[in-house]
Amino acid sequence: MTSLEKHKYDVVVIGAGGAGLRAAVEARAAGLRVAIVCKSLFGKAHTVMAEGGAAASMGNVNEKDNWQVHFRDTMRGGKFLNHYRMAELHAKESPDRIWELEVWGALFDRTKEGKISQRNFGGHEYPRLAHVGDRTGLELIRTMQQRIVALQQQDAKESGNAESHIKVFAELTITEILKEDGKIAGAYGYWRENGKEVLFEAPTVIIATGGVGKTFKITSNSWEGTGDGHALALKAGANLVDMEFLQFHPTGMVWPPSVRGILVTESVRGEGGILTNSLGERFMFKYIPEVFKDKYADNEAEADRWYLDQDNNRRPPELLPRDEVSRAINAEVKAGRGTEHGGVYLDVSKRIPADVIKKRLPSMWHQFYELAGVDITKEAMEVGPTCHYVMGGVEVEPDTAAAVGVPGLFAAGEVAGGMHGSNRLGGNSLSDLLVFGRRAGMGAVEYVKKNPTATVSEKAIADAAARIEAPFSRAGGENSYSLHAELQEITHNLVGIIRTGKEVEEAIVKIAAIRARSANVAVAGTRQFNPGFHLAFDLDNMLLVAESTAKSALLREESRGGHTRDDFPGMSSKWRQVNHISSFDGKDVNVKAQPLPPIPKELFDLFDIHELEKYMTPEEIAKGGSN
Amino acid sequence: MARKLKLRIWRGDATDGGLKNVEVEANEGEVVLDLIHRVQATQMGDLAVRWNCKAGKCGSCSMEINGKPRLACMTQVASFPEGEEITVTPLRAFPVIKDLVTDVSFNYRKAMEIPSYEHPKNLAPGEARMEQIDVERSQEFRKCIECFLCQDVCHVVRDHEENKKSFAGPRFFIRIAELDMHPLDMLKNRKQKAQEEHGLGMCNITKCCTEVCPEHIRITDNAIIPMKERVVDVKYDPVRWLGSKIRKREGIV
Repeated sequence: MTSLEKHKYDVVVIGAGGAGLRAAVEARAAGLRVAIVCKSLFGKAHTVMAEGGAAASMGNVNEKDNWQVHFRDTMRGGKFLNHYRMAELHAKESPDRIWELEVWGALFDRTKEGKISQRNFGGHEYPRLAHVGDRTGLELIRTMQQRIVALQQQDAKESGNAESHIKVFAELTITEILKEDGKIAGAYGYWRENGKEVLFEAPTVIIATGGVGKTFKITSNSWEGTGDGHALALKAGANLVDMEFLQFHPTGMVWPPSVRGILVTESVRGEGGILTNSLGERFMFKYIPEVFKDKYADNEAEADRWYLDQDNNRRPPELLPRDEVSRAINAEVKAGRGTEHGGVYLDVSKRIPADVIKKRLPSMWHQFYELAGVDITKEAMEVGPTCHYVMGGVEVEPDTAAAVGVPGLFAAGEVAGGMHGSNRLGGNSLSDLLVFGRRAGMGAVEYVKKNPTATVSEKAIADAAARIEAPFSRAGGENSYSLHAELQEITHNLVGIIRTGKEVEEAIVKIAAIRARSANVAVAGTRQFNPGFHLAFDLDNMLLVAESTAKSALLREESRGGHTRDDFPGMSSKWRQVNHISSFDGKDVNVKAQPLPPIPKELFDLFDIHELEKYMTPEEIAKGGSN
Repeated sequence: MARKLKLRIWRGDATDGGLKNVEVEANEGEVVLDLIHRVQATQMGDLAVRWNCKAGKCGSCSMEINGKPRLACMTQVASFPEGEEITVTPLRAFPVIKDLVTDVSFNYRKAMEIPSYEHPKNLAPGEARMEQIDVERSQEFRKCIECFLCQDVCHVVRDHEENKKSFAGPRFFIRIAELDMHPLDMLKNRKQKAQEEHGLGMCNITKCCTEVCPEHIRITDNAIIPMKERVVDVKYDPVRWLGSKIRKREGIV
């Protein structure tokens, strides 16, 4: 073989979405040299798909908003399983992260006073989402991408080399995170274009790889959402927390089949869209759970008034947190009140004039018109739940985003767990990326001060290389595309939006069987831009993720947020005290329970005690928070 | 419902290649990218194609379909008459890597040449105030998903490799226009630079870029022509020329 391409950096960031780029900017600001590695072209990361906005309590539309209200909403949305410290940091720092984007050239929609406009969203008490029409994710990724370019231009001016401090390695897949003496030493991967291998030596690795949606059959995620970071972290000795919690976004497209799962932004409901079943009933009023009764209107008249007067009316139930709306849609369809194609109707045409719809929801109009032949200014959309987001992820220290148990490893964004508890509120993802992307960058900076260098051993290189070569040297007859389709079928049917213990047990056995067969995946063709070859690695990652999800789901005998057990329909305050921690022993994923860190008194006191009583045990209430 | 369809796919690499005929099933409502995926999963496991979101939002699956630059995820199979063959080929203006994947690094190099946004020095984060109507002009250009179809179709570079050095292309003209119209950007002379350094003058407004833009950005009318007009104004009108030397922003009268 020709000589191996080798690079030395201070930080390797895996993933070029919002979190990865924000981390890179922070590390660069401290003078570190950063490699950004991504599977796609630069600027194509899944962040681009975010539509509704970024939640930050700037108080531009309703001045009563502040971080405490945002914190409360986030904890409620996550049914109090969130890591309190992450939710706190997120609520406190989001406004600064949004304003900073403006300094870098972002152009958000404005209020009458010329401030950044904020819109309503499910679970947020006040209008809170900074947005650009319904393409906020594009604005965010482009602003970050252009910020990276600006820094590179600055470096070019100063050192004559634009890539002296930040280099983007686009279309490069990382197959392994490397450790020496228990600490991070680098990462190994290959160029997708030609299959040539690359070694990165670095004392820190920041994982920012996003989600796992491609593990499921119906998903809003792009091909990249294969849980790479989750699996890389597990294999590197890190833990995953609460992988049973998957967010099924209530409104994905359902027709035609080729677009099934593509996201329909929650902004449609934020702007006044209503959900009806095939009988024409506005069914959400029937599904307001006990814990939310005092915040959501139980009749149409009040719900409609809320759009004009938010202080004296309760919110429409269409704006309940996503898990609630998804379950409601699922129940309506199951009860035979679904649409022709197995969804429900979402209609914004009767409430908003056509020109306003086109202005506020331009990409939705475009998407339905061009892909489904539906004009949403005149007709209703057909929608149903789609796998959208994984709340579970790498267990991290909240302040530094450092992965627990692996010195030098960090994780931020969707791939990190804890922040959103059992269910994420819409709009909290884009702000999460920025807040914890920056913190991961800061964490890496501190770590590098004490651990400035890293060297990878020849043996580790040889092992990593052998694993990349393996699919080509196998004679076995398995095809990665068919195994992937089988896995998606299993997760969809057995670990999907509604689960039972029996189904999940069956899934665990079946996933293991696919994993055994995946050892025989053989790849045709060469290493040059070969999707079959690429999928072989993605498949390995998805199998580990699915195993972790199924095993965590089996243990949790309650229903909460993005985990609904038909055999345990209630929410239990005992289970709220437990996180599920997945680890990998080289052969199997093992899941154990771990106590949730107790909420400190000052945060505990932000809530009405009667609300906390709905979630916590009497003993916890009596204690009144830690310290 | 499902029907068999003839698809011709360009396969090959930088050295050699040609069209390969395949038969593939097509279902109601499917787009060309669905067909390519089906071919990949069942007949050609190593067929190279870029794609990400499959919803017209990321601009990855750019290719030429029956000779026209398009996003494969937004091209309905039903838009072709029954019996018509569908031919998919890689973007012509960029070097082929393999099959439908081309080397688009030209665009990333050009992005690097455009001076970045400059925020007013004394304006702290959170203090910016802008009217909606003023941000909308730039917002139109920020809808760009960087599919590079406009770059591919533009005849200045499509068949003229030699022009690539001095021509940034429509995507980057709207980037310059976006910054030029940004209510807060402090950098002067963006339009002049577009003309002098990025090849704005080579564009002879045939509007092909506007036609292929999947985001329906009015590249020619709203970005290129206004910039050309003002460059000319400032260059040939002595009063405006003088004004441009005195005022902060050039060309505003």
